[in-house]
Amino acid sequence: MTATTTAAPAVGIPVPVSERARNEKRLGWKLTAPAVIVMLAVTAYPMLNALWLSLFSYRLTDPAAREFIGLRNYGVVLSDALWWQTVVTTVIITVVTVAVELVIGFAFAMVMHRVVFGRKVVRTSILIPYGIITVVSAFAWKYAFALDSGFVNNWFGLGDFAWFGERWSSIVVICMSEIWKTTPFMSLLLLAGLAQVPEVLQEAAAVDGATWRQRLTRVTLPNMKGAIMVAVLFRTLDAYRLFDNVFIMTAGAQKTETVSFLAYRQMISRTALGLGSAVSVLLFLSVVAIAAVFIKGFKVDLSSVRGR
Amino acid sequence: MNKQGTFRSRLGTYGGPVLVILWTLFPVIWILSLSFKPESGINNQKFLPDSFTLENYRTVFKTPLFTSALRNSIFISLIATVLSVMIATVAAYAIARLDFPGKKLILSLALAIAMFPAVSLVGPLFDIWRSIGLYDTWLGLIIPYMSFTLPLSIWTLSAFFREIPWEMEQAAQIDGATPWQAFRKVIVPLAAPGVFTAAILAFFFAWNDFVFGISLTSTDAARPVPAALAFFTGASQFQRPAAAISAAAVVVTIPVVILVLLFQRRIVAGLTAGAVKG
Repeated sequence: MTATTTAAPAVGIPVPVSERARNEKRLGWKLTAPAVIVMLAVTAYPMLNALWLSLFSYRLTDPAAREFIGLRNYGVVLSDALWWQTVVTTVIITVVTVAVELVIGFAFAMVMHRVVFGRKVVRTSILIPYGIITVVSAFAWKYAFALDSGFVNNWFGLGDFAWFGERWSSIVVICMSEIWKTTPFMSLLLLAGLAQVPEVLQEAAAVDGATWRQRLTRVTLPNMKGAIMVAVLFRTLDAYRLFDNVFIMTAGAQKTETVSFLAYRQMISRTALGLGSAVSVLLFLSVVAIAAVFIKGFKVDLSSVRGR
Repeated sequence: MNKQGTFRSRLGTYGGPVLVILWTLFPVIWILSLSFKPESGINNQKFLPDSFTLENYRTVFKTPLFTSALRNSIFISLIATVLSVMIATVAAYAIARLDFPGKKLILSLALAIAMFPAVSLVGPLFDIWRSIGLYDTWLGLIIPYMSFTLPLSIWTLSAFFREIPWEMEQAAQIDGATPWQAFRKVIVPLAAPGVFTAAILAFFFAWNDFVFGISLTSTDAARPVPAALAFFTGASQFQRPAAAISAAAVVVTIPVVILVLLFQRRIVAGLTAGAVKG
């Protein structure tokens, strides 16, 4: 390599600060524009489209009868017992799965944090449920509990108890599949938070005679509050849009329909685009509301916690 | 603590890890076991098969519904991953390296989209795609997959790019490297692991998707595996699909397990990138 002085980098050329800043600004916008356009093209535009369609009485099978009806679709949805039943189902599944996942995920995070023996095996195996297709997980759990192919009833001596024959037992199996599949994600986020708790604090507390439980509740948990809140927020929003497991296991039978499934059924199966759009908009608004409650109410600081 | 050698701490040392591994592998072994059960023994109501057969695998690879879905899934996921990571790399570079207004807004937008309920989009997309001819095509799935994998890729990559010592690029140029050489020989090797991590996570998303796959396709032309599994009936419509579905499930799970085994540390780093201050 020969050092040439002529090929000096552009930095050396004196440029007025304002123009350089302007160039940088323009370059920044140019480089991020494709990402912004692709992200908005499939979210903002269709969402506005849904908002617009929700104001019409419109079925794909009868496009000629399309008619502007204002907010009446929302009235129909919100006064329908079916809508509230799906909301209740979704909220129950969300609360149960997130609560269970938080406990198990935290236990797993502790195991991964402290593990000496088989560290790599444990950390690799925890990723397997994360990587497995949700539909595959749904089938695995469905077949395990099914009357014909399942082993669960045989193992626990439940005879011919039909798990998918009634609402609550169906929901239990749906929750199990969901919990199995997504606990690893929760535990990895918690593990990252756990690694942030200063070891010095733990040792100091131990020296001061704090018990294991005291160290957990007074040192560990308060120091990883941020990570816990982020993990709970992400999982709550994810659980609220639950769709795959319900589709595979019950297809909405036995009153297990979730809000996402209702929106899908109205839109795609019934092709009631107007009414379905109203359900979609309501689903979107509830997700926004959940996020707002977390961020404003519980003061989850996403800007400082997730990157910067 | 571990040196005390109490029963409790020994349980923590060995019991914990064993429990975690059991948890993660149990359903996987179950579906594997189911896939080896012969048609006559599928309902033996036991965890393990009484006799092994590979017949179910032969069945799925002879079923056009599955083979075309496998082809669709592989190509759609790969194309979406490559495009998404390319766009995200450029955007993340700008976010990490340049100073321009709107940076925070873009990151917030990405975060908002990561939380977006996908189902609320499939209705309007179904309508739009039908009118512009994207319904039931590869592109019709590639586009939404790109939009939904971009947020995670941008977050992962911009967190990663912030850690790269960019002065090295200038150092190489002072040593006589051309800007292109400096970029290719210095920056690319440093950035590659981050780009790779983003690619794996994006691939997982596309591979796993069911909502778009089932709503925006109607035939073998573009239907991906998760959606196809829901339509699976086995070799004939009279055969029980459980065994065949399990075999198909195992086939599509193998690539994931291999990726996880090979890139465990990178996946963990990517999933938790920026999840904590750092």
